[in-house]
Parts: sequence; structure tokens; C-alpha cells
Amino acid sequence: MSSPQCVLELRDVSKHFSTHRAVDSVSLGIERGEFFSLLGPSGCGKTTTLRLIAGFEEPTSGEIRLNGASIQHLKPYQRNVSTVFQNYALFPHLSVRENVEFGLRRRSENHIGKRVAEVLDLVQLAGKESRLPSEISGGERQRVALARSLVLAPDVLLLDEPLSALDPNLRKQVRAELKNIQRQVGITFLFVTHDQEEALSMSDRLGVMHAGQLQQTGTPEEIYLRPRTRFVASFLGALNWIGDIGVRPEATRISKQPPGAEAPSHPATVAQSTFLGNCVHVEASLVTGQTVVAEVSRLGDNFVAGEQVFIWWQPADELRFE
Amino acid sequence: MNRLRAWFLAPSWAVMLLLFLAPLAIICAYSFETRGAYGGISLPWTTESYQRLADPIYLAILWRSFWIAGLATLLCLLFGFPLALFISRSAERKNLYLSLVILPFWTSFLVRTYAWMFLLRDTGLINTLLQKLGLIHDPLPLLYNDGAVVLGLVYSYLPFVVLPLYATIERLDPNLLEAAADLGARPLATLTRVVLPLTAPGIRAGAILTFIPCLGAYLTPDLLGGGKSVMIGNLIQNQFTSARDWPFGSAISLALMAIVMALLMLFARRDPEGLV
Repeated sequence: MSSPQCVLELRDVSKHFSTHRAVDSVSLGIERGEFFSLLGPSGCGKTTTLRLIAGFEEPTSGEIRLNGASIQHLKPYQRNVSTVFQNYALFPHLSVRENVEFGLRRRSENHIGKRVAEVLDLVQLAGKESRLPSEISGGERQRVALARSLVLAPDVLLLDEPLSALDPNLRKQVRAELKNIQRQVGITFLFVTHDQEEALSMSDRLGVMHAGQLQQTGTPEEIYLRPRTRFVASFLGALNWIGDIGVRPEATRISKQPPGAEAPSHPATVAQSTFLGNCVHVEASLVTGQTVVAEVSRLGDNFVAGEQVFIWWQPADELRFE
Repeated sequence: MNRLRAWFLAPSWAVMLLLFLAPLAIICAYSFETRGAYGGISLPWTTESYQRLADPIYLAILWRSFWIAGLATLLCLLFGFPLALFISRSAERKNLYLSLVILPFWTSFLVRTYAWMFLLRDTGLINTLLQKLGLIHDPLPLLYNDGAVVLGLVYSYLPFVVLPLYATIERLDPNLLEAAADLGARPLATLTRVVLPLTAPGIRAGAILTFIPCLGAYLTPDLLGGGKSVMIGNLIQNQFTSARDWPFGSAISLALMAIVMALLMLFARRDPEGLV
């Protein structure tokens, strides 16, 4: 966990609010230049973890290290991390340029004009410098918030669900833009989200949180294909439960004839078939009463309600938990 | 629909006409007449009262009123801002603190001013206590001076500053304060760069709600200033009582009103979307 190239390290960090353990003994190392996502449902402690790193909350116990030095007792303005807030928190009385300059001026840095121009160029806001936040679109506001933090070249950029306020069409486009910007500037991103697709598509690595605990960290492939707990498995995507075995719908096979010796098969009855455009979801009931969903190609066989079928899968696609 | 509208507005118009515009017209007429022998007014019409306003004695009183009201307003803002900030930050106790701010209004203004006299006079609570403790020998001159008047005004008008300030501070997104700190602003920079500019409408509203009544105050300077500290309100009162010069009293009243309106318009011009 603690390797020399870790820019940010959490060691046994806990945050208790009266009786509630918002963050429970979280240990985590984030490498320099990495795009790391904290994924979990609302109330799982991911935003509190971010606030502990930013310095808006003080941990009840544990240590937070930035570049090898403890920072948990430092004030937010003494830490070289920066936050992109969920609602962006742009200063409404300041123009786009003044918002982006804000941090540089507080730190009395040099070449402010040049650096602001560069970062506004990077986020494609050149020409909107003198607008007020109320005079630009939601997507533009999000980019101002990003620019305002990026311009400070923080050791870690903290992003608290920055895409959730955007409309769904824009969200997918911004995902790619954000990932691109991160690659260009090489700044470490710690991205908090409850959207598994966002986390899977953007991250180099991600951590899944549940009830204040970090359940698993790994690459998107590891987390999706080898989830360590039932929670991680079901939070990252749909899952069929056949007894104690979990199988993803896209790994669940369905056929009109038994598959032969290659895998054990389970007889089932088709309950309904839903056409989704790029694929078809076939819902079938096993003799045990359990319902499974198989994702099949629309180019393959058609399955109609009431039809007798066989459900099977490759042993490699089985997910087993203790 | 328009008839209905007219009917509903009628009572307000009646009140405004009878109780505001009519007296104002009467005062306006009085101010251009000649003083009667035993009070009241008589003819001929004249602008003499207005000419007398330029007398340095009266200008000095006007100037005093301005700086006393200005100082009281400034002190109200200085005390009121932290108080409003504190109340808005105090979660479940908010309503309790807000009622405490409003509580003094439940008793008579006159009684509260007398209470201050009992505290401040030579044989009052503060002086007696300090003498008993041996900290002073002779009583401190706490009452019947400008300081006592300013104290009384600040005490009376503090709620008028706290309430509008509280309203604007409540609307301030707490994330903005976190964002400022996150970007490297120390508390003082957060205050001057973010909090003050964004609460300016509340500061303005509080300042106006305090300054105008302070400027025209007459009970507080009368009781706590002890006649030594004459403000414009006392001068007006005198003209209608002991001086028996109704035309001059009317002229001062109208002049004061004109000055206040001019100031408000100046404020409104600087902030077209403000509360003024």
C-alpha cells in the first residue's frame, strides 16, 4: 500500500460524527499522476473522505500524508490540494477571470495573467473571461471550477461528483474531456462519484466504499471481473444470483438446447424478452424460482415468453464470495 | 379585475392620503407661514424659516446629528455583523437567539431608556459597584453626554442591523467559504474578498434602517444626553413646544426629510438592484 511514489496516503483514517462512523479505518495510497476514483452509494463516506483530505473536516483518528508529510492538522489554505465542488461554488460576484485568479492572488504568485490565460485556453473558456458565473452555461461553470483549481497545480485535485449537475447528454462528453485534461496536465485526480460507469470509464484505479469502509481497490477490470465482496459485485453492475454463485448478465448464456458437457446447465422458462436496441435482455425463471437475466445479441435466437430454455455459463465467469 | 384591484387598494390609499400626505401638506404650508404670538401660525406667507436654517447654530446641530447617527450606525454594524454570523452558524439554537435579539421590543422603549439611566447615572448601578470595589473614587460621568446618546442609539437599533444581516448571511452558500479556504485564502481574506462583498445588500439595508431613525432620534438624546447633547429631533420638538415656532419646526422637519431622501437616492444609484 505505501510505496515511495504515493503522493497521497491515508493510514487508518476514521471520522465519527456523534454515533455515526462516516469513515471507518480507511487506508489508501494514491500514486502520482494517477486518475483514482472513489465509488460508492450516497452516504458511504466518500465525500467525507474527500473533505478530510481537503481539510474541511478533521479526522477522528488516523493519518493523512501528502508527499510523505502529515497534513491532517493543517488548515485547508495550508494544503496543496484543491477541490472542485459538486455545485462548483464559484464566487458569484467575480468574473470568470477573477474566479480563476483567486487562488493565485491569495498565494501572491507570479505571471498570473499568463497562467490564467493558459488554463482558460486548456478548458476552452478563452473569450469568456469577463462573464459572471450567472452569465455562462452549466458546462462552462464546471470548467471554470476546474480551471480555478488546476491553475494552482495542486499535488492532488479533489473532484466531488463534478458531473452530477450536468445533463446526461453532456455528462458523457465531459467525461472524455476531463480524462484528456488530466492526461495533458499530469495532475493526480481523486474523483468521487456514485456512477459506476463514470468510475470504470475514467479511472486508472478505483476504490469502492460502503458504510464508511473501503471494500476494494484495483483497476476497473479487477474490480468488475474479480469483485471481492457481494456489495462490490452488485454495485458495479447487474448480477444474477444462482445459489451462492454470481454471474453477470453478459456472461449468462441462454439456449434452446442443452449446451452439452462443456458446462452445467439449468432448465428455465422464459418470463419476458426486452429489446434494448443494441442487445436483448431475456428474463427467465429457474426451477428454484430464482429469476436470471441474460444479455443476448439481437442477431441470435429469438426467445418468447413461456419457452423452455437452458441457462449456463463458463466456469471462469463465476463470481464466488465467502 | 381592475375594479376589484381598486377596491382592495382603496384602504391603503385612504391611509396614505389621510395619515401621511395630508399632514405632510399641512407641515409644508406651516413652514411658509409666520409664527403666531402664542404658538400656532399666522399670515403672511414667507420663506423666513428656511433662511434661518442657514444659521451656523442650526447647521452645527445638524452636523452633530449626522456624526452621532453615523457613529451609532457604524458601531451597530461592527457589533451586529459578528452577532449575525454567530446566529447563522448556531444550528438548532438559531431561533432562540433570534428571539433574544427581538425580545427588547416587547417592552416600552421609554422604560428601556430609563433602565439605562438607572445603570449610568452617578448613583447608578455601574458607578456604585465600581466605588464599592474601590476602583474609582468619584463617579464616572457616564450619563448626560454624547457617549451615553451613542450607547442608547446602538442599543436601540442593533436589532435593525442584525436581522437584515442575518438574512443575507443565511443565503451565503457555505461552500463558498470552503472554496475560498481551499484556494488558499486565510480567514481575513475570505471575509474581505467573499463574505463582505456578498453580504453588502444586508449591510446597506441595516445601515439605512439604523441611520435614518438615529438621525431623527429625540427621546434618546433627550433622556440620555440630558439637554446638553441636542440633536435635530430635539430642535424640532423644541420649536413645537417651548419655542412656539411652528413654522421653523416645520421647515426643519422638511429639510431633514429632503436630506434623507437625497441620501437614499444616492445609495439607490450606486446599487440599482439593492433593497433601497
